Amino acid sequence: MKTLVWVEHDGSAVKDATLAAVTAASKLGEVHLLVAGAGVDGVAKAAAQIAGVGKVHVADNAAFGHNLPENIAPLVAELMASHDAFVAPATTTGKNIAPRVAALLDVMQISEVLSVEGPKTFTRPIYAGNAIATVESSDPKLVLTVRGTAFEKAAATGGSGAVEAVSAGGDAGLSSFVGAEIAKQDRPELTSAKIIVSGGRALGSSEKYQEVIVPLADKLGAALGASRAAVDAGYVPNDYQVGQTGKIVAPEVYFAIGISGAIQHLAGMKDSKTIVAINKDEDAPIFQVADFGLVADLFNAVPELTGKI
Amino acid sequence: MKILVPVKRVLDYNVKPRVKADGTGVDLANVKMSMNPFDEIGVEEAIRLKEKGVATEIVAVSVGPAKAQETLRTALAMGADRAILVQTDDEVEPLALAKIFKAIADAEQPGLVILGKQAIDGDNNQTGQMLAALTGWAQGTFASAVNVEGDHVSVTREVDGGLETVKLKLPAIVTTDLRLNEPRYASLPNIMKAKSKPLDTKSPADYGVDTTPRVKTVKVSEPPVRSAGVKVADVDELVAKLKAMGVHS
Repeated sequence: MKTLVWVEHDGSAVKDATLAAVTAASKLGEVHLLVAGAGVDGVAKAAAQIAGVGKVHVADNAAFGHNLPENIAPLVAELMASHDAFVAPATTTGKNIAPRVAALLDVMQISEVLSVEGPKTFTRPIYAGNAIATVESSDPKLVLTVRGTAFEKAAATGGSGAVEAVSAGGDAGLSSFVGAEIAKQDRPELTSAKIIVSGGRALGSSEKYQEVIVPLADKLGAALGASRAAVDAGYVPNDYQVGQTGKIVAPEVYFAIGISGAIQHLAGMKDSKTIVAINKDEDAPIFQVADFGLVADLFNAVPELTGKI
Repeated sequence: MKILVPVKRVLDYNVKPRVKADGTGVDLANVKMSMNPFDEIGVEEAIRLKEKGVATEIVAVSVGPAKAQETLRTALAMGADRAILVQTDDEVEPLALAKIFKAIADAEQPGLVILGKQAIDGDNNQTGQMLAALTGWAQGTFASAVNVEGDHVSVTREVDGGLETVKLKLPAIVTTDLRLNEPRYASLPNIMKAKSKPLDTKSPADYGVDTTPRVKTVKVSEPPVRSAGVKVADVDELVAKLKAMGVHS
């Protein structure tokens, strides 16, 4: 089987989510990559270094600059004439593009794949991760999105893929990119961080989040997260949200601070290796999944922890 | 401009799903069902566009069993003008759903179709994007703001790194994210009024769509259970545990 993996990048570097998708694709067969964008020579060279990669298709065109699915999906659909599976990381970009590709190919997509059980059989979460479905596709071609935390990352170097330019596609004239507010954080990305410190509604304000959560994260070199309640209350921006409808994370250590542990939050972090919960309500559901639970007032306990760790 | 709003009847979001003992799925017998929360946000957005004078008519559509009528009545009570039930007891996959909505869009000629970004049962997050592919329209997924400006709509999207705004040619597809709006509750008089609003019943065959599944569910199982660990007495004990794992500054 020949697979085509969507390379997620920021214009200069390959994002980690791609490496997990490469691992998933390698369980199906030969791994080819697609690098699409404007001025992506550097990305293509980096992508060719990923271990185990065969061909790297490079579509360099201004129309592909902002991942507009109206322009990208027809390009992918065309490349799929000579591939058997399209594999994208389940990022907001992958989720935006892959179903559009699937419909152009008249196949069903399998979303958020957790494991590859056979050439056409996969597991995936349903009901916010409260159940795991094993599903088998009967379509002639596969379109998959892959949950990054469920697969090991392929080595970013050691490969020697052959880079090949693709001339297909262009501007469909349906959409244009206006702008973005992308938070520049001088800390690890949530989805690839080893340690995450997350705060919940119990913090009470944006100021308290900054005062209590940020110093602990700074001290541990951790990424910052939050529950949906904290995001909805405006303590932090939406890209901090961990949970079923936010980001799915699986760090080595996850600190849940003042987070009660709603199902939707647990769905986003319960695969973390070690979970530490600090909450003053000893009946909070978060303690049912925490490896280390501390029943305490977070406004005292967290600064003390920051001081002592 | 007409707005089409697909809505799905799903297990209520407050109910904890239970996997059936025979592994064939999640038990939906005698449990509370309600409108998919993301679809509710879609209905609300359509109503707000109508209140602003941008939209003239809101058509709610649902594909599902006879009881999905209740979900459509909820949409009508919130403020949709009429409804279409595409009745079937089969589970319909996103691709077939998108084909049904495409046929309805061909007939109704909406300026916007607003869908939830995903349904909270299957969590597929596909139908809107697939509908966009089949209609050949632009798509603004995971929307947190929607502004119609002449023959375009600008959509602010929640993306991994923050927010992104795209400008789409109309007609277009929008899928909703959590922070787009807070849906209203239907008032009692509006619930009563909704009972007399028009609701058409159709079948997938009326739209020439084959709903045979492409993906077979082999089994459904419980996720691996994570057991509770230990409670530590104080910060010092927590620090000791963390340091033992190599976690320190």
